[in-house]
Amino acid sequence: MAVSNPEFEAECIRRILAGERQLFHSLIRPCERAIYFLLLSLLHNEAEAEDAAQETAIKVYLNLKNFRGDSQFRTWVLSIARNEGLGRLRKQGTRREDSLEADIDEQTGDYTPAILTSWREVPSEALERKELGALLRQAIEGLPAIYRNVVLLRDIEEMDVRETAAALDITEGAVKVRLHRARAMLQRDLAPRLKGFAPTRGGLFG
Amino acid sequence: MRIDCKHVWEHISAYIDGEVDVELRAEIDRHLETCEICSAVLDSTHNVVVLIAGDRVFELPTGFSERLHTRLDREMELAGPS
Repeated sequence: MAVSNPEFEAECIRRILAGERQLFHSLIRPCERAIYFLLLSLLHNEAEAEDAAQETAIKVYLNLKNFRGDSQFRTWVLSIARNEGLGRLRKQGTRREDSLEADIDEQTGDYTPAILTSWREVPSEALERKELGALLRQAIEGLPAIYRNVVLLRDIEEMDVRETAAALDITEGAVKVRLHRARAMLQRDLAPRLKGFAPTRGGLFG
Repeated sequence: MRIDCKHVWEHISAYIDGEVDVELRAEIDRHLETCEICSAVLDSTHNVVVLIAGDRVFELPTGFSERLHTRLDREMELAGPS
């Protein structure tokens, strides 16, 4: 994760607004990943997400003078990215997956974790990096959007609960509930599959 | 208070993030000492969290950053000062 640095950001913004616009590259660079993956999560299409990410960066530049500094810079940037993504979904006539699912969000009941006792080690040594990456990506992409967005920002971009709530425009309580459910779904999905991999890699867990 | 497995599962995510209070943490720890199933669930959930955070599972498309900054240069040129 790119660590946010409010003093650096404030200084950058001041100087960019005073005319040193090349500094904008350094200001936006730490946010690039989060912008792209938030948009990919919303739009489900790499080319579209990349274009939307570029539009987001341009909008951030054009609106920089409106940044008040009462939220973190990255939070503000991500809310612009989110609006860009939702605007595109509206244009495509796609019903918003997250509002649809939000209705059932509070009603979904208990979950049962994958019960297993032998997968305890982190298997990164046992699995080819690429295979592991593909498995994890597949599992995350398979989550419903409202859960995927939260996992992406909290567990992948390592943003805190407050920042995630602000970027997604949901309550901190909803962030926690969704993160919990998302992790449970991932555990249920991944634990048996990752365990199944192990014996073919030399029986490290046998 | 004795807590059961289901109760532990409900708090696993908060437990991993260090967001349960001292009392509940102690209860969960006590349960984990004797419950093989819950400690396996905790370990595997924790593994999932570590794996998806640590391994840079998600990579930006090749050339993403170059294309972004090239376009920004062009747009900033057109737009003038921010």
